[in-house]
Amino acid sequence: MGQDVEIVDVSMRFGDLYAVRNINVHIEAGEFFSFLGPSGCGKTTLLRLVSGFMDPTKGQIKIDGKDMIGIGSNNRPTAMIFQNLALFPLMTVTENIGFGLEVRSVPKAKRIKKVEELIELVDLHSAGNRKVSELSGGQMQRVAIARALAVNPAVLLLDEPLSALDLKLRHHMRAELRNIQRRTGVTFIYITHDQTEALTMSDRVGVMSIGELEQVTTPDAIYNNPATAFVASFVGESNRLQGTISSIDGEYAVLNTATGQFSCKNPQRLSQGENATIFIRPETVFMTKESNAPNLLTCGIQNLSFEGAYAVVTLKTEQGQLLTMRLNNDGTATRIKAGENVKVTFNRKNAFLLKNGDSSNA
Amino acid sequence: MLDFWKNALRDLGKVGVAYIIITVGAWLVFMILIPQLIMFDYSFRPMLALRDIGGPKDIWTLKNYIVFFTNKLHMAIFFKTIWSSLIVTSVALAICYPIAFYLAKVARGATIGLLMLGLIIPYWINELLRLFAWQIILADSGILNTLLIFLKIIADPLNFRAGNSAVILGMTYAYILFMVFPLYNVMESLDRNQLDAARDLGASWLRIHRRIIIPHAKPGIAVGCTMTFMLAAGTVAAPQLLGSPSSFWFTQVINTNFECANWNQGAAYATVLMLLCLIFMFILLKIFKVGLKELTQ
Repeated sequence: MGQDVEIVDVSMRFGDLYAVRNINVHIEAGEFFSFLGPSGCGKTTLLRLVSGFMDPTKGQIKIDGKDMIGIGSNNRPTAMIFQNLALFPLMTVTENIGFGLEVRSVPKAKRIKKVEELIELVDLHSAGNRKVSELSGGQMQRVAIARALAVNPAVLLLDEPLSALDLKLRHHMRAELRNIQRRTGVTFIYITHDQTEALTMSDRVGVMSIGELEQVTTPDAIYNNPATAFVASFVGESNRLQGTISSIDGEYAVLNTATGQFSCKNPQRLSQGENATIFIRPETVFMTKESNAPNLLTCGIQNLSFEGAYAVVTLKTEQGQLLTMRLNNDGTATRIKAGENVKVTFNRKNAFLLKNGDSSNA
Repeated sequence: MLDFWKNALRDLGKVGVAYIIITVGAWLVFMILIPQLIMFDYSFRPMLALRDIGGPKDIWTLKNYIVFFTNKLHMAIFFKTIWSSLIVTSVALAICYPIAFYLAKVARGATIGLLMLGLIIPYWINELLRLFAWQIILADSGILNTLLIFLKIIADPLNFRAGNSAVILGMTYAYILFMVFPLYNVMESLDRNQLDAARDLGASWLRIHRRIIIPHAKPGIAVGCTMTFMLAAGTVAAPQLLGSPSSFWFTQVINTNFECANWNQGAAYATVLMLLCLIFMFILLKIFKVGLKELTQ
């Protein structure tokens, strides 16, 4: 069964450079938790700190309440799946999966039984005696999962294990991983730069920017209520309008921009006079006929691309601001043409005002 | 094979291919094949006076080999050479394995360069000079004895050069590079994540070496051992300079034969030594389950 992982005030410094800084997060037992961030944000370092390949410069890592500092990776209740899988190429599938048991001196008969169970669990029938090099990408993936699960870890650490697979297989393996996690109840800590992976599989997601944890919450809250400009720009697409706050109205605020005045949510409780950016998701922008609707923008249609389930419309305001609108395939898109002028708007509940942050790498 | 030649023709042109075939061919034929065949031919002929060569007495015979197999002293020296070369090889392996592992998987950045330099610098000096240096170190009133007496570990100087220990020591030192580099090359190519993965699954360092590193390093171990063994069994300089006069090595026996103008006897002995080295190589390949192809990688 899974155990909880507490990361308390953890920093890791290499020379003068902080790979991760002041990370605080409590991952529940049996949770599927993802760290999502661009490459170089320190997520792999964080994973290696949890696995015990190194100890943090500062802070504590607790698994099941026990302090893990100074305990090597061979003595922690964790198992890791590496980005390149790191299967043992000179061993067969069975030997690979059984390696952790062999190390623990599990008697051979018991070992074989356990390996067979795992082969069953990860759907690797009849591949047991094959060399690892003879397997397909998906099969290697399964061997890596089975090998890690063989030692009955309380926490499974996954370092972008799906990144080498083609798209279709990746989709399939996502569902499979989620499935295995539910069946085994092991705590999964998953590292990825792929937001779809993080959002579809996880119970909770922690978004990381350069070395720091920006927000920890459920996938839908990450998308719908991003806490920082970094999260809003890294996860999903957004239209951005920059300006200065002119007035505050409860949990909403009005922003003065070059394109006009817009009202939207103010989750960071910014005050009047501050510079900020409005983030509007393309699918929350819609066309209107009312000429006095709030948050109204008059635009020319620059481009219209039909993508099947939806159409992406590129709009340009009179002031030259570009916007993207996403229309569901409900017939609306067929009625408009590039070059026409349209009025678009968005609900103030669907747009959020966030302090201009360092989102340059998003 | 046909594709190979087609590609070579496309990449190098007719002149390029011809150049390679001629140079490599000439090297193979004139430097390796013909001398070996002449030696082989010599070893099956009796030693004759110049006027008898080509005459009725110049026949093929096994006499030279029979002499070897019936000469108890030479047989003993032969087996001692095998035994001592095996010791040199094992000692070199024991010393070089940790060095190679440290270089390939532990050391980082500038440390690697410095260590490599430290390993290579002694080889800028001629092998003979290095052996003379050992002579000085191991002499009765040499550095080592002086030091040991100074530290009151021994009262009287030890005679390191009696028996074979000085030769074995000198050879191990002389051939360390030939063991380190093949080992380093294979270990270098080992994916570091595999070590981490094994560690993560709970393996001790001993087991990681036994199950992951050594199996991966087998071709390198086989190459290093083969080279060291052949060099140790085939050198005449180290026993000549460091050995005691009472303890002959097989190469010295061969050398004496040639010096005493019995080239035929010497050729037969040399052939026996070459066969030994080949047998040793194939035994190693068998033990490590390495193919000839992997060996050359």
